[in-house]
Amino acid sequence: MIRRLFIANRGEIALRLIRTARRLGMTTILAVSAADSDSLPARLADEVRPVGSYLDIPDIVAAADGCDAIHPGYGFLSENAAFARAAAAAGIVFVGPAPETLDAMGDKLQARRIAAEAGLPAVPGREGGYPLLIKAVAGGGGRGIKRVDCEEDLDAAMAMASAEAQAAFGNGEVYVEKFIASGRHVEVQVLGDGMRAVHLGDRDCSIQRRFQKLVEEAPAPLIPDDRREALRGAAVRLAEHLHYRGAGTIEFLVDAETFDFYFLEMNARLQVEHPVTEAVTGIDLVEQQLQIADGQPLSLTQDMVRLAGHAIEVRINAEDPAHDFRPSPGRVTRAAWPAGPAIRVDTHVADGSSVPPLYDSLIGKLIVSGGDRAEAVAWLGEALAALEIKGVASTAVLHRRIAADPRFVAGGVDTRFFEGFGNG
Amino acid sequence: MSGDLPLSPEDVAEIVAILDGGHYERLEIRTTRFTLRVAREGRGWTQEWEWAAPEAKAEAVEAANIAVEVPEGLVAVHPPLPGTFYRSPQPGAPPFVEVGDEVGAETVVAIIETMKLMNPVHAGAAGTVEAILVDNAQPVEANAVLMTVRPA
Repeated sequence: MIRRLFIANRGEIALRLIRTARRLGMTTILAVSAADSDSLPARLADEVRPVGSYLDIPDIVAAADGCDAIHPGYGFLSENAAFARAAAAAGIVFVGPAPETLDAMGDKLQARRIAAEAGLPAVPGREGGYPLLIKAVAGGGGRGIKRVDCEEDLDAAMAMASAEAQAAFGNGEVYVEKFIASGRHVEVQVLGDGMRAVHLGDRDCSIQRRFQKLVEEAPAPLIPDDRREALRGAAVRLAEHLHYRGAGTIEFLVDAETFDFYFLEMNARLQVEHPVTEAVTGIDLVEQQLQIADGQPLSLTQDMVRLAGHAIEVRINAEDPAHDFRPSPGRVTRAAWPAGPAIRVDTHVADGSSVPPLYDSLIGKLIVSGGDRAEAVAWLGEALAALEIKGVASTAVLHRRIAADPRFVAGGVDTRFFEGFGNG
Repeated sequence: MSGDLPLSPEDVAEIVAILDGGHYERLEIRTTRFTLRVAREGRGWTQEWEWAAPEAKAEAVEAANIAVEVPEGLVAVHPPLPGTFYRSPQPGAPPFVEVGDEVGAETVVAIIETMKLMNPVHAGAAGTVEAILVDNAQPVEANAVLMTVRPA
């Protein structure tokens, strides 16, 4: 029974975890770095424990002493098998898959092999020729990815990608994958209890800048029914092959013309964009994670997962689109977020909040829902028109342009969307 | 550290639905802990939260805001953004430069990590590195003087 839940994360996700844990009657204990001591999640958690860094395993595990479980959120230590093992050794439940699963999916090369065993085709590697993508073996979330167009540039790009991977994940190993130009990024949300797995539908995250997702929606628009079923079926097959326990996302590259799909990677954690899935299923993914971590069998069957309507999330980052997306840390003087029945805002940022330069630039997620995609797109435009962030630069202005772009309004864009968008 | 969360997102949505049905333009709820302003904005609504200052404010991170006087004849090297100052490309690697090294204007002399992105710091002037004023892995403000260069 999880009574005391330790949260080893910060920002909007810390707050989002606190909300569900509270609703379930749990006491929340939050890890807080010096830079975050005055943050909204630090104020709203039941208890806080100071930590030096959200990446310091012994420090975090020691801070969680006396707690029943640790929720790692996303990023930081969320897919770190050593962390999951250290928690278990201290008698604390890790809210996530088994350490062996984290090892298998965390090593992106091994993940490709295992996916192939489960019958999922993978993107070709170096044998596919240039351009190549360099990806972090311990990666995910697009960090540490570099595109390389010719052999001469490979070494320098490998070094930079490795340094970024080291900073983001504490592991600098990288690998290469052929770059496929006209693809869509479609992913399937799964839940498993170790025996059985179900999917909670798909999401489309094709609108990316430098492999960072900007806009996510559920379901993926304009995919033929039979291909959608095949994609979801493949995801469940992989989850069951892994005896997967917890919430996970299987990412695919989908050919925008033929709808052939390739396994990219599996993120063995909660994703930033999970609210769009919650919006169309009505299922609280964090609640499901906590039930599974508590050792309960899946409470859902596939038939119980009913998808309805359409949801779109945009990431509001403290970055300046007018200056090549330069990070814009600082103090937010005004944060007027949209509000209303079709709107969900996950944010830790209010008037006067500080956005420290130490962490990533996400300051909030705006999620809109509609009965269908057209309605969600219309709501998105109105919500973005109302939103105002002052004191730091934000990507809100960029999202207004995306929401009005005819290609986006039509739906089903590929990952080149942003290239055709001009700069700033 | 407060016991209850204030209003849930569902509460806010309900408030908006009530206001939207009438002719209200704006509602402000002020408690000792927070202020919430809900306001009509175009065809939609906004929510704006302000939180009362916490009783005991913990120590903020000491960012090096090194307002050193730059001696005449030397050029100051500033970070491109606030962030964390690193002297070498990765942990364990030799530093980009040492005092006394010759540099060109475009020479990379350090890295600033801001929001998980690595930004190179360029010397900005050709000459020799006169002094390195910030410790490795130290947080710095945008106006900090990281190093000084004696122009050739």
